[in-house]
Amino acid sequence: MDQLIYSAEIFLNGLMTGVMYALVALGFVLIYKASGVFNYAQGVLALFAALTLVGIQQGQVPFRHLINAIFGTHLESFGWTLPSVLAILLTAGVMVLLAVLIEKLVLQHLVGQEPIILFMATIGLAYFLEGLGDVMWGADIKTLDVGLPQGISESIESVTAAWFGYGFFIDRLDIWATAIAALLVAALVAFSQYTKQGRAMRAVADDHQAALSVGISLRFIWVMVWSIAGFVALVAGIMWGTKSGVQFSLSLIALKALPVLMLGGFTSIPGAIVGGLIIGVGEKLFEFWIGPLIGGATENWFAYVLALIFLVFRPQGLFGERIIERV
Amino acid sequence: MIYREAGDFKTGYRDDGQTFPIRLDRWGYYAALAVAFGIIPFVINDYWANAVFVPFLIYAIAALGLNILTGYAGQVSLGTGGFMAVGAYAVYKLMTAFPEISVVIHILLAGGITAVVGMLFGLPSLRIKGFYLAVATLAAQFFLVWLFNKVPWFYNYSASGQINAPERTVLGWAVTGPATSAAGKYLVCLIFALLLAWVARNLTRGTLGRKWMAIRDMDIAAEIIGVNPLTAKLSAFAVSSFFIGVAGALLFAVYLGAAEVGEAFGINKSFLVLFMIIIGGLGSIFGSFAGAAFMVLLPVLLKNVLVGSFGWPTDLAAHFELMIVGALIVFFLIVEPHGLARLWALAKEKLRLWPFPH
Repeated sequence: MDQLIYSAEIFLNGLMTGVMYALVALGFVLIYKASGVFNYAQGVLALFAALTLVGIQQGQVPFRHLINAIFGTHLESFGWTLPSVLAILLTAGVMVLLAVLIEKLVLQHLVGQEPIILFMATIGLAYFLEGLGDVMWGADIKTLDVGLPQGISESIESVTAAWFGYGFFIDRLDIWATAIAALLVAALVAFSQYTKQGRAMRAVADDHQAALSVGISLRFIWVMVWSIAGFVALVAGIMWGTKSGVQFSLSLIALKALPVLMLGGFTSIPGAIVGGLIIGVGEKLFEFWIGPLIGGATENWFAYVLALIFLVFRPQGLFGERIIERV
Repeated sequence: MIYREAGDFKTGYRDDGQTFPIRLDRWGYYAALAVAFGIIPFVINDYWANAVFVPFLIYAIAALGLNILTGYAGQVSLGTGGFMAVGAYAVYKLMTAFPEISVVIHILLAGGITAVVGMLFGLPSLRIKGFYLAVATLAAQFFLVWLFNKVPWFYNYSASGQINAPERTVLGWAVTGPATSAAGKYLVCLIFALLLAWVARNLTRGTLGRKWMAIRDMDIAAEIIGVNPLTAKLSAFAVSSFFIGVAGALLFAVYLGAAEVGEAFGINKSFLVLFMIIIGGLGSIFGSFAGAAFMVLLPVLLKNVLVGSFGWPTDLAAHFELMIVGALIVFFLIVEPHGLARLWALAKEKLRLWPFPH
């Protein structure tokens, strides 16, 4: 009985983690649908956004290590602390700028290349952004605090303690993250269904040439999609950064999002969410039930092996479009 | 002016199909071999062996392996680090279990074991392709690293979880362990690299290589003209993994001497080798060597310039290196998706006409 109650707690925590995975996976799906680019750099985008947010909020001088190394100065910070909302807005602006630059400097030159070439280009982009983030803001672990509540949720604990005689440990941050992620998904779906730009985005996703022929600007759509992906990365970066500090390992959540995508299908927003939930719950429960028998720390590979086995039976994922090949 | 095929008459199919059809290329190749065997072993010191030559040769083998899979057979793999780990742990187990057998045989056997593991993880490639496969090979990467970390049998229950290469000799020369001379390390890696490059060259221009390329160009069309995708894909995974396993075994036994799996064979290693073949040239033997040389030399060069000459702190230089590597990858993909090998081929085309413009 105890085991079952623990499992229920782990199940809930897994659901929350799954939402966080889904949040990262969402960024992938958006870009993949609109431009056919499998954006490996999404995780690093989240890291970069979080680093920039911390840097702007605390008024650090960008590139200060570089400037100090070259000119022998001792710059540290501008000496201000910006309110969270302003800092988030400024960071969103930086992410839009980054989207424009990526489109201008990279994607524009790779139009018509094979998807796998584009994929490898985003791996290069990921390395570049990782280096850039470190050079701009320094590689030390930073704490991010934008005023999201943290710590154990007492109300859930007391309610579950009354029901089961055992209080569940649920982080309030996770609850907030879930709510914000749900809101974000709803907003994105509404955007793509009911606005002109959203329709244009779906048209591009459907067929590049047909979209061009009815007068949709591909470049504008790509900049827009990368900006949205940058914004999603910012939200993911805030959540994960608040949870576990802003550091290099933040970019590794991209590696967690990949099996989510495989499971859900690369082209489906609901797929990303359902896949995220399955993997979040699955890896937590597997670690709890099977982990101790085989040495633990199974979370690194469980998602991949699950996705791999799944793919053998359904190559396009749960909700992906059926892959039709013609010679 | 002297780089011409004129006057170099081919009198048989053997001449026509040779790897270096132009006489000057052949001489250049023999000259490179003469320098590699006749001069470098006598002048090499520890710094040059450890910083440049030995990693270059080992990564060249790994890049050859990945190039067979990705460049020739078109199956993108991000599991290289994991397969290198299989080679390293296989050679470690063999070396400690059968100390009386020559280490050369162990290294080859380690390659064989890696080939079997590679085929196992290559099985999904029959159903899934493209990105899905690339991500699926990540499963191999994470699972294998976890396995070697968690199962003590693989590291002989050592307290640190590390594996250490015991001392072994080939023909009286130490090739593993602390007593190895720089020349010894270098020669072992050189011989393996050359032999495997020769094997790769001859495999890729034979039946098997043509099947791989047919699968790469379009697998359904290849199937229709009679290429069996099962054997073609799995043989590509097997051969590629054999090369990568040998590279992993050499990396651990000869170069590092001691290894911890997460550190030495992590996902960064997979990307490093992938970058080598992108920069060097997909589907090219020469490109594998060029890319390996480039990616080994670049950090050494940057470190010498940024830290040595400008006096920057090392961590800043390391971050700059990431930026430069990333930018270079994007640059190469935009400007020359076929890499250094294509640049080299273009230069040779130009040279054949030089100094006449047409």
